[in-house]
Amino acid sequence: MSDRALGRAGLTRRQILIGTAGIGLMAMPRWVQATPAEAAAAIAKITGGAKPAAGRITLRLPQIAENGNSVQFAVAVDSPMSEADHVKSIHVIAEENPFPQVATFYLSPANGKAEVTMRMRLAKTQTVRAIAVMSNGSAYEAQQEVKVTIGGCGG
Amino acid sequence: MADIKARVKVPSTAAKGEIIEIKTMIAHDMESGQRKDKSGKVIPRQIINKFTCSLNGKEVFRSDWYTAVSANPYLSFFLRASESGTFDFAWHDDNGSIYKASAPITVS
Repeated sequence: MSDRALGRAGLTRRQILIGTAGIGLMAMPRWVQATPAEAAAAIAKITGGAKPAAGRITLRLPQIAENGNSVQFAVAVDSPMSEADHVKSIHVIAEENPFPQVATFYLSPANGKAEVTMRMRLAKTQTVRAIAVMSNGSAYEAQQEVKVTIGGCGG
Repeated sequence: MADIKARVKVPSTAAKGEIIEIKTMIAHDMESGQRKDKSGKVIPRQIINKFTCSLNGKEVFRSDWYTAVSANPYLSFFLRASESGTFDFAWHDDNGSIYKASAPITVS
């Protein structure tokens, strides 16, 4: 066997390994996928049925996530974080994950600044939504689509 | 998972009223309950479902986590420096374990 053939054989084996891992990732049970409607229901529960307004909240996400297992996001809300006017909670929802809720952050004037950064799993290309509930009960929302190249199995 | 390593980064000093960033990370699989092992059996869910941060025993920040939080969860957030003391961080596992870390701060 020539060196070249050996090299090719090695590459093939590696490709097989990568391929197998890929099958593992794709073998997610499809039926557990949540729908945007379920996500909307979850949001209605958070806001008490009120439709969240646009603005005041910024969601920072990559437009394309190569690895859905770890997608960094940052949510910032424009608020003085005073006793009278502060953010009470921030909710992050991934519409088409098997379980749409990602995380909820509870804030108070002790935070000084309403901003959090974390990493999440995204099962596939979808819209991520962030909702902030303010101390006076009003709610604000931001959303962005993220293209996911390799889905994070975790959902 | 007995040897869970948690790391926190907190400034050691701050001026009163200054807004400081707290960075935390914990080594944890965050097993989502969606994956299957080689024999096709579902690997049971085991995640950290709650994170809390307190200063001198008083809770100042809390977060609920679901299965979509990545493995080895990283989280950064902000706090307004109010008083000197100790920050206590706690990560609550589905299995009832609580992993802890703490960091001192001097506020002048």
